[in-house]
Amino acid sequence: MTLLITVFAAVIVTVVWYNRKDDSMKLGILLFMFWGASLMWLIDAIFEYAELKAEYFTPAIGDMINDAFLGLSVVALGLVIWVVRLLITDPKGSVRAALSKKNK
Amino acid sequence: MACFLVSAAEAAVITAVEKAEEKKELKASESNTEIAEKVTIPMSRKLKWLTYMLWGGVVLLAFEHIWHGEVVPWFPFLTAMSNPGDAAEMFHEMATVGVAMAALITAVWIGMCVAADLIVKRSVQTAVQKTTM
Repeated sequence: MTLLITVFAAVIVTVVWYNRKDDSMKLGILLFMFWGASLMWLIDAIFEYAELKAEYFTPAIGDMINDAFLGLSVVALGLVIWVVRLLITDPKGSVRAALSKKNK
Repeated sequence: MACFLVSAAEAAVITAVEKAEEKKELKASESNTEIAEKVTIPMSRKLKWLTYMLWGGVVLLAFEHIWHGEVVPWFPFLTAMSNPGDAAEMFHEMATVGVAMAALITAVWIGMCVAADLIVKRSVQTAVQKTTM
């Protein structure tokens, strides 16, 4: 479930990156982060499948919910890392403009 | 258990290599303008893709390990290190799953570099053909 959710996130980010108008949103880092994690979990899944065989595809409901919750948390963490980096690097200068704005 | 540590080690090495390569390319472009004008993807940029994939995967997998209680904020940080039996299992997992993870990411990155070079070469050839027509 964690692998599936991360792969979906990676594919969605890749499609958004492909249709971007400019590189100001710095989606590349998010794209690589999700693909990197997806590949690592794919290996984890392969090893788990080799150990459990068909049982791998019939997880208990409790485990599935926990894995789904973990997958969503992983995606949220990835998005938080990306947005913090975006605000720090500030490629569009929006943060700088907002901070240098005089109080009226 | 601690499979992400293998990728973390690779990421640390590649980050150092990437920084060195970036400096080398900067020096080369300052001394020779022909290199800067060449239409190719710089090696430092390609290495950056690999570091992003490795560090990204490491951070997200470390979070998963914290979630499962395999990584803790106190010494020795890995719960498997508390007894020799678990430690041996952890090292076996690092040698199998961990190495496979790092190898797959590197293999995918090599494929990406080859594809990216072909795409750039193709677009340059198309542009040349259009100008000669």
